[in-house]
Amino acid sequence: MSDIKASTAGTLNGADPSARYFVRDHHPEQGTLLGFWLYLMSDCLIFACLFATYAVLGRNYAGGPSGGEIFDLKLVAVNTAFLLVSSITYGFAMLAAQNKNVGKVQLWLAITGILGACFLGLELYEFSHLIHEGFGPWRSGFLTAFFALVGTHGLHVTFGIVWLVVLMVQVGKHGINGANYRRLACLSMFWHFLDVVWIGVFTFVYLMGVLP
Amino acid sequence: MHEQFDLAKLIFGRLSWEAIPTHEPILIGTFIAVILGGIAVVGAITKFGLWGYLWRDWITSIDHKKIGIMYMILALVMFLRGFSDALMMRAQQAFSFGDSHGFLPPHHYDQVFTAHGVIMIFFVAMPMVTGLMNYIVPLQIGARDVAFPFLNNFSFWMTTMGAVLVMASLFVGEFARTGWLAYPPLSGILASPDVGVDYYIWSLQIAGVGTLLSGVNLIVTIVKMRAPGMGLMKMPVFVWTSLATNILIVMAFPILTATLAMLGLDRLFDTHFFTNELGGNSMMYVNLIWIWGHPEVYILILPAFGIFSEVVSTFSSKRLFGYTSMVYATVVIMVLSYLVWLHHFFTMGSGASVNSFFGISTMIISIPTGAKLFNWLFTMYKGRIRYELPMMWTISFMITFTIGGMTGVMLAVPSADFVLHNSLFLIAHFHNVIIGGVLFGLFAGVNYWWPKMFGYKLDKKWGLYSFWLWSIGFWFAFIPPYILGFMGVTRRLSHFEDPSIHYLFQISLFGTLMIAAGIGCMLVQIAVSIMNRKKLRDVTGDPWNGRTLEWATSSPPPDYNFAFTPVVYDNDTFADMKKNGYKRPLTDYVAIHMPSNTWAGFVISALSAVVGFGIIWHMWLVTGLGFVAMLAATIYHTFNYKRDFYIPAEEVTRTEEAHTRLLNAHV
Amino acid sequence: MSGSNHAHGHSHGHDSGHGHGHGDHVSHDDHMEAHGSLKDYSIGFILAVILTAIPFWLVMTHQLAPGTTKLVIIGFAAVQFVVHMVYFLHMNSKSEGGWNMMAMLLTIILLFIVLTGSIWVMYHMNANMMPNMSNEGSSVHGMHDMQ
Repeated sequence: MSDIKASTAGTLNGADPSARYFVRDHHPEQGTLLGFWLYLMSDCLIFACLFATYAVLGRNYAGGPSGGEIFDLKLVAVNTAFLLVSSITYGFAMLAAQNKNVGKVQLWLAITGILGACFLGLELYEFSHLIHEGFGPWRSGFLTAFFALVGTHGLHVTFGIVWLVVLMVQVGKHGINGANYRRLACLSMFWHFLDVVWIGVFTFVYLMGVLP
Repeated sequence: MHEQFDLAKLIFGRLSWEAIPTHEPILIGTFIAVILGGIAVVGAITKFGLWGYLWRDWITSIDHKKIGIMYMILALVMFLRGFSDALMMRAQQAFSFGDSHGFLPPHHYDQVFTAHGVIMIFFVAMPMVTGLMNYIVPLQIGARDVAFPFLNNFSFWMTTMGAVLVMASLFVGEFARTGWLAYPPLSGILASPDVGVDYYIWSLQIAGVGTLLSGVNLIVTIVKMRAPGMGLMKMPVFVWTSLATNILIVMAFPILTATLAMLGLDRLFDTHFFTNELGGNSMMYVNLIWIWGHPEVYILILPAFGIFSEVVSTFSSKRLFGYTSMVYATVVIMVLSYLVWLHHFFTMGSGASVNSFFGISTMIISIPTGAKLFNWLFTMYKGRIRYELPMMWTISFMITFTIGGMTGVMLAVPSADFVLHNSLFLIAHFHNVIIGGVLFGLFAGVNYWWPKMFGYKLDKKWGLYSFWLWSIGFWFAFIPPYILGFMGVTRRLSHFEDPSIHYLFQISLFGTLMIAAGIGCMLVQIAVSIMNRKKLRDVTGDPWNGRTLEWATSSPPPDYNFAFTPVVYDNDTFADMKKNGYKRPLTDYVAIHMPSNTWAGFVISALSAVVGFGIIWHMWLVTGLGFVAMLAATIYHTFNYKRDFYIPAEEVTRTEEAHTRLLNAHV
Repeated sequence: MSGSNHAHGHSHGHDSGHGHGHGDHVSHDDHMEAHGSLKDYSIGFILAVILTAIPFWLVMTHQLAPGTTKLVIIGFAAVQFVVHMVYFLHMNSKSEGGWNMMAMLLTIILLFIVLTGSIWVMYHMNANMMPNMSNEGSSVHGMHDMQ
């Protein structure tokens, strides 16, 4: 909340009634982290729509395959591991950033990015395999909703990786200054949020999809 | 799938010379008028050497005041387009009976009513509301700008580019023929294979990004940048309603984005979200779009309620009655707006239990609105009321909106709605509340805050002409649809056979012409005021004896708004300051930290319009390159760390001393 | 997918040094933003691994009846959500003056409304308006009457 303490330090003589009504030096608080959090909340609602659509269309197989028939839980488990580990490696990057250790930040960011890329690679493999079998998003309502939900998550991961690479360049150039720290903190929120959404995805799509 | 590689197809997609509607005289006429007007404007700017000024002071500006004004100009321009659509519809319906088929074939008429709705909601009401919030909120909370000035510029240009795409559909291709919400399966690829629905989707997606980001911007501004001492319960009511509105924006627009994206996927990639076959469900679209749609109408009306609170209190010379209950009513409306959406499709078939729940919730939400109305009336009671234009618009609102609200409660009864749904009664109801509520609120706000923005009042005589023409013309225009709808006449029809109802359409056209005259008077009001601005000048910065902080600045305010950040002790802060003998500080000014202008907002938005156009016309090369360029421009922009500067203390001193001289000369 | 591009392509845009305030001080932000410790991240990670592994194991080895399994894995997901919020995102009622928590709570409420509202509404719509769908393995089991 805003700074409640009113400083009456700017005045010519103490008896001036106007002096209490203004302050000479005022710096509003930084809003970037709150702003980014609010954006993430709005992103949550995009996923809410996609989850709702999956809930409504998710059993419309249209004579095509059901989840149990196409989901490979081992692959999903590996992917979940990639994402979860990448979350903690990003955490290590943030710890390094707090200590202003550029080298360690770059190292952990790179590892995070590689893990993210592995996640994406595996997911693309899963998708292309399904499409190859004729089970693309145009096959049924269920597959449409599946590809949309999981695909949107994957798109977010892609943009996260692009952002991560850009940040690595910027940290290399300017070190961990105020702006870069804020950017790292924002990407941190983004990255963990992607893992949170993935909890929903693997639970409601993959695990529940396999259960009768 | 075995076509030869065709470079022309890759570049131009399905765009061809046929896309230009050479056989539609109305469009050709419009096109010529736009070209001539455009040449005139471009010529004038070039003649007076204003390109540099425009780029530096407006296009790249991150000043919330400039951006607010640009939003309002956009809204006004699009309002003229949206209203001409309305006039065409009324004229068509007044003439098209029996053997006469009017002048608009159904193919064209359908685009007109679709464009009318889309433009009025997304490119008139939203930008106007956003513009006012942008201009006023930072001033009312004692801040120097919004929380994210660059993002503000970007949001404005994204909205504008969405409008550009809609306008482009007039001359290249066509617009959607589905109504303003584009329900599938009519909006799906099978029933609407042409570009119209694609124009619809992409203009709204682009504008939607702008709106969402400005929502985030204003929330953070209100949360973080209030002057010292201004706790939440000391904010002006307009700031409270702005906060609620922007929370609604952030929590509702993603749903529109996701839903339109799904429709776009259905059209582009043969997916089955909303198709009739292979497991799609078009009812899900209706469900999702109205989960957005109902909060949207509250996004429109809540700022208007805020304006009325400010106006009523200022022109009754009295503190607003029931501030706390006003705040609670606003928050309750905000939350409840998410629990009523199904009343827009009672007739789609969800059955009695679902319909009853939403019918009851819809009736409940009218209660906090009623509470607000009573608070305004109690504020006026025993006040010293001055009937300036803002106050007159407010009173007209109270009557008009209340009646419209009551017809809404009628529609909230599901069994009644089965008769009235999609009839002209519905049309009359929502125009009643949108015009009576949102539009009159915006007119009140414009008349109220114009002197702050430009330093002179609006001409009262022409304002009164406009007021009466609108207030009376509205009823001539919309009582007939109430009657017709009650009798069972359906909406969106371009031809009728029953001569016994002809006269009602003619009365409605008459009312619309009165409104047109009202709009004309409004334009004259603006022109006359600009011409007479020296005579209408207000140098005090406080022409209405205002009660909130924006009136503590000069008119127009300097770039930095406040030389010193105010400290707040009570509601109606400025009234409190005046009561306690506040005098502007005259010396010891300090340097002020300000954000710098930016090219990136305009450039990235323009590229997004290119990408949108490319997707619409299946010009994949253009789309791909445009998207890469957008990404590159965005990344390039993030490499710029030096985005601020200081206004030196000497310059602040000069500005403030000039204002002091002005004040002294006029005392 | 193109629609979501616009929302995310600008995630770089608005994180960068906005507003006034101290350009290079990290300390100012530290007061606002809670930051983690090695201990927090480690605990969170271990908890998350456990809360992920067990649901996968339950489903892949058919330990419990399907209905029970569904409830259990949903429960684990909910707990893991909290673990992520607390240990990775440092969510608490103090950060950003309580606004972070409020924003999240409002979002969760709306998420709940969107999900349950849609499911409830569409269940009835499907039952009343799409009677043929019950033949295709939809979740509407043997419902042939108006709801």
